[in-house]
Amino acid sequence: MIPEIGHFALILALALAVCQGVLPMIGAQRNDSTMMSVGRNAAYGQFIFVAISFACLIVAFLQDDFSVLYVANHSQLALPTGYKVSAVWSAHEGSLLMWILILAAWTMAVARFSKSVPEKMIARVLSVLGLLSVGFMLFALLTSNPFERLIPAALDGGDLNPLLQDPGLAIHPPLLYIGYVGFSVAFAFAIAAMIGGDLHQQWAKWTRPWTTVAWLFLTIGIALGSWWAYYELGWGGWWFWDAVENASFMPWLIGTALIHSLAVTERRGLFTSWTLLLAITAFSLSLLGTFLVRSGIIVSVHAFATDPTRGFFILAFLAVVVIGALILYAWRAPALDSTAGFSPLSRETFLLLNNVLLVVATILVLMGTLSPLIVEMTTGGKISIGPPWFEVAFLVPMIPLIFLLGLGMHTAWRKQDKKRWYSVLRIPAIVAIIVGVLLPLMFYGRVSIMLAVGCVAGVWMVITSLIQPVRSWLRKEGTPAITRSALGMSIAHLGMAVFVIGVTIVSAFGVESDRGIRLGETIEVAGYEFTLTDVVKVEGPNYSALEALVDVRDGGEFITTMRPQKRQYMVQKSWMTEAAIYPKWNKDLFVALGDQLGDGAWSVRIQAKPMIRFIWLGAFIMALGGLVSVTDRRYREPVK
Amino acid sequence: MKPRQQRMLAVGLAIVGVAIAAGLTFRAFDENMMFFVEISDVVAGDYPKGRNFRIGGLVVADSVEREDGSLELKFRVTDMRCELEVRYTGVLPDLFREGQGVVAHGAMPNEGVFIADKILAKHDENYMAPEVAASLGKHVQDQTASLRGGDTECATNDS
Repeated sequence: MIPEIGHFALILALALAVCQGVLPMIGAQRNDSTMMSVGRNAAYGQFIFVAISFACLIVAFLQDDFSVLYVANHSQLALPTGYKVSAVWSAHEGSLLMWILILAAWTMAVARFSKSVPEKMIARVLSVLGLLSVGFMLFALLTSNPFERLIPAALDGGDLNPLLQDPGLAIHPPLLYIGYVGFSVAFAFAIAAMIGGDLHQQWAKWTRPWTTVAWLFLTIGIALGSWWAYYELGWGGWWFWDAVENASFMPWLIGTALIHSLAVTERRGLFTSWTLLLAITAFSLSLLGTFLVRSGIIVSVHAFATDPTRGFFILAFLAVVVIGALILYAWRAPALDSTAGFSPLSRETFLLLNNVLLVVATILVLMGTLSPLIVEMTTGGKISIGPPWFEVAFLVPMIPLIFLLGLGMHTAWRKQDKKRWYSVLRIPAIVAIIVGVLLPLMFYGRVSIMLAVGCVAGVWMVITSLIQPVRSWLRKEGTPAITRSALGMSIAHLGMAVFVIGVTIVSAFGVESDRGIRLGETIEVAGYEFTLTDVVKVEGPNYSALEALVDVRDGGEFITTMRPQKRQYMVQKSWMTEAAIYPKWNKDLFVALGDQLGDGAWSVRIQAKPMIRFIWLGAFIMALGGLVSVTDRRYREPVK
Repeated sequence: MKPRQQRMLAVGLAIVGVAIAAGLTFRAFDENMMFFVEISDVVAGDYPKGRNFRIGGLVVADSVEREDGSLELKFRVTDMRCELEVRYTGVLPDLFREGQGVVAHGAMPNEGVFIADKILAKHDENYMAPEVAASLGKHVQDQTASLRGGDTECATNDS
């Protein structure tokens, strides 16, 4: 019964989404307030019914209702309760329903928190969001209904993929989706502004906080995914340039460009059509990401759901959205552009450079991700592009970007006075070069070109990000109090600095070693002694495991006992490596247990990763910066 | 700056950026591009010599051998028509098992033995890399055809 209620609620939500998509748009054209007001109420109603539908699916999982195909495939009686809930979004059908729920939640938030936006504008925004909702609900109902029955019911389920039985993975997809889907709001505002054609730059002000919130969730989502891959996949890397990672990273890059370009459009009324194009692109890349993941078209460790009809539906939807938006763009965007000027040494120029570099980075990642597909379609050859390529290609736009970032922050709008610029930035530049070169020499005893570049850039960004907040904090004469918006920017850039330092140090000084080790034997890796003292059997709730006890000493002094496991899950009978990690703020030790080599020996992978925590810490600081900036007063002021 | 100059600047910067990126890209692209080659083609000598490529198939049952206590091992991979010896040193992925699908990255410095630097086993019990599935599927069809008198012998390089 409950699955039918869920199914029915989803159909009702679809009906409301159709109303929301059609009526306010017509109302806005005809100047009919009654029709326009349908948008808000339909948005609330739609959210309620989607929430009921989603709740029904959760209940089906909690009740172990194996007469529902999706539950039978992705859950199991002995699965811990928390994972029964997270199993809801562990595969295609459920994660699509979650996507719809999040879209409905964003729509409701837009309806609720945009009282200051003119009636016509908000009617069009809600209408666009409603139409997107219609597309996704049709997708769910026609190709991927999570409530499909399995008759006769299964006695027990096929279990959740053991890799996904992990707290990091339970929360990573919702956060990622909040980010992905959040770009639909920027998209809807852009479309509405183009249809209206009379709002030049106000739409940028309304769009900014929504875009920043979407971006900060996406940032956290990607960081958590990277962290999960680090400890759960058992490889110890933090980014693999896997197609699915790239699918989430491309909207992030364009979203970052969009945040910067929105600043120019809001403050100066410039780059309007470019900003519109970025808003369209960010959401289109989110859709493309969904297509890549869901169609299974690209070989990927994540491609657990593969179905060509679904891929086809998403591709068709993507085509309609992108082509429709671009036609509208070509037709209407020129009308929105303004013609103010700016000097070559101005913040506008630096933000333009930021955008060019981020777009180049996105194009490179897109090329690397799609080229296996293109080669296969044109020549039939099957190729793959290795991570080394991405690493090289990605650095090309990124290195100038991280240096320019420090300059841009201290450059005024319109025109920057050169003398003042030099006097503010001269000392930070000298300090950054000296400290950036000395730091690795002092702590790690060597330095190379890439290492120096990374460290200098990191220190440079730290100093330049802190100048403004510190001055404002010290209340130096002539410094106005820092706005939340500027403070948020400083924090986000500081996060970028922390990230860059982490990446630089871990790439240069990370140690990885695959070794054979006998019981009682001691091996040395990265200056630490690892002793295998025992291998024991342990039982978990739905798995049994072999656990190695590895004592770690540093110069004879005992540090810790690490307990890497190899788990065998009962239902799927598959083996899973559960790496042991000894985390410190400045270094992680990592031990993964491999196979029995015979003769009482085991293979182990031992790694020492200095500063790896800085990578995720940096991402979280960036997200925090986003959060601070959306609390800026001017987003709460009503429009005059 | 006048709007026209602005636009010129934007276009100029974009062109420079794209040109640098394109130059680097094409150079690095070729080095990092790895072709997937079917086992039968490898055995017949038809593989990219002197560079890395990928192979994939099923690990032949009882073919995994390793010296006690050593990380070095060798095993055979089949595409249901030909078999190829693969050597690898390191920790194997969780789902590597005899009779199961596997993909290996590496090269063939000497005829007949593939030296893998990376072994990928599928991530999920129900998932197999599409190119491996395609390669296996083709030869299984060939074998069905052979019951009606088709040619399914493994053609080696020296024959």
